[in-house]
Amino acid sequence: MGAPALAPAANAGADDLALRLDGVTVTFDTDHGLLTALQDISLSVRSGEFLTMLGPSGCGKSTLLRTVADLLPVSGGTVSVIGRPASEARRARQISFVFQDATLMPWLSVIDNIRLPLEVGRGNGAIIEAPVPAEELLAMVGLKGRERALPHELSGGMRQRVAIARALICHPKILLMDEPFGALDEIKRDQLNVELLRIWQETGTTILFVTHSIPEAVFLGQRVLMLAANPGRVREVVDIDLPYPRDLALRDQPEFIERAAHLRQVLETC
Amino acid sequence: MAVVDQQEAAADTTAARREKVKQRKAKTWRDRWPPLAAVVGILVLWELIVVGFEVPTFIAPGPGEVVATMVERWPMLMMNLWPTALESLAGFALGNTIAVLIAVGFVHSRLAERAFYPIAVFINTIPIIAIAPILVLIFGNGFTPKIIIAALICFFPTLVNVTRGLKAVNPATLELMHVLSASRWEVLMRVRLPSSLPFLFAALKIASTTCVIGAIVGEWIGSNVGLGALIIEATYNFRSPLLYATVILAASLAVVLFTIVTLLERRLIRWKVDAAAV
Repeated sequence: MGAPALAPAANAGADDLALRLDGVTVTFDTDHGLLTALQDISLSVRSGEFLTMLGPSGCGKSTLLRTVADLLPVSGGTVSVIGRPASEARRARQISFVFQDATLMPWLSVIDNIRLPLEVGRGNGAIIEAPVPAEELLAMVGLKGRERALPHELSGGMRQRVAIARALICHPKILLMDEPFGALDEIKRDQLNVELLRIWQETGTTILFVTHSIPEAVFLGQRVLMLAANPGRVREVVDIDLPYPRDLALRDQPEFIERAAHLRQVLETC
Repeated sequence: MAVVDQQEAAADTTAARREKVKQRKAKTWRDRWPPLAAVVGILVLWELIVVGFEVPTFIAPGPGEVVATMVERWPMLMMNLWPTALESLAGFALGNTIAVLIAVGFVHSRLAERAFYPIAVFINTIPIIAIAPILVLIFGNGFTPKIIIAALICFFPTLVNVTRGLKAVNPATLELMHVLSASRWEVLMRVRLPSSLPFLFAALKIASTTCVIGAIVGEWIGSNVGLGALIIEATYNFRSPLLYATVILAASLAVVLFTIVTLLERRLIRWKVDAAAV
């Protein structure tokens, strides 16, 4: 398997929680009055779990992810990441975020982009210790030999690989991904799905993955959190009891199609 | 046999390379000859009109006369070029530095932007010709008023452009910096300033030519050195060839500054901003 630096936490017991939400409500002040983006969300995510999140537009998937990342304040309820408030987990570099845009610095080389998390944040109390060597991450995302390239010299898929490598450099306990492959074509998206599963198994990190795509949600997740809109609330949590490692051929199997069909039915009522 | 093949192949590639260089040269020539021909054509036409219609020199000298004056009076022209060049450069540096600092302040304080932006707009609307005498009255006849006028003329475009550039950051990039617990200073130094560089250089290209205008306008009022003073003197004495030579020199100064800024931009900005990359 991967190098020791990437090995999963050895003592990640079953009752180890990476994330716990209790009655989380998020409201926004808009021009048209108070908007409830999330209402009374309660959820537990085991350490090392892969949870995908699916729902119609405006159901608050991204809002939920941003709440966990301490990018948005909650209006009610509590968020606890690795047993502490989200802001503390953020400063301890236990939370990483991968956006739909790769959000690379266009003037930095691939390797400098990956190392950005080591360069900033100390003034605000960030704790940065024993990072994964950037070269190792580069090999893991399949970009060995491109360390000096600038982002504009890479394809969209490659840029997103760099963003994933950057997100992993500080051994995050929880990786939040907001439609990271949403802007890619289907072939690249499939390829990156397979690679993401491999990276997940190598690193043992917890992943929360927001997507619009039913096949992607089923293919990646151990569970799918389905949200309904107006206001955003939990509609159903669906277990995907298909064994890993999963490969793309799985998508043509009846057990896969059956689960996807179930999600589609639930989604229609969201 | 194989060796011969290789040599032949090597000879082929050198020949091919030579052919390529030749093609490139031909292409450069193809790109360059039309503007060159146009310039030569205009100069010839100008000379022909001046000679053919017997236009008096003080109204419009021919290009020959202008060049002759330029050669003849070169040391004197140089003596007047330096003050103008120094004022332009000092004004360029001063105006742009202040503009960038204020833009940084605007980005970090909505209140500051709301308070001072209208003042900046007002200053920009005062014609530079009208403000020059006021500054000369306040600061006297030295370099100071010219530098301030050159700075003023650079200030506004840079302020507007850099403010826009500092704000034109992908919101997700700012979210990333927040997740990384970056301070405002780190966001400024590592995200906002580098991403505003293309905007800054767009403004600096404008400023590189307008700062020369500022210095010259400053020299029009009660000055006895500089290209501006020379323009006034040559005009009042009907020394048209000298006037033309001075104007050409002033334009050359602006072109040199513009070229320096362009070269600097090419060195500093090696990345391409494409929507998907940021």
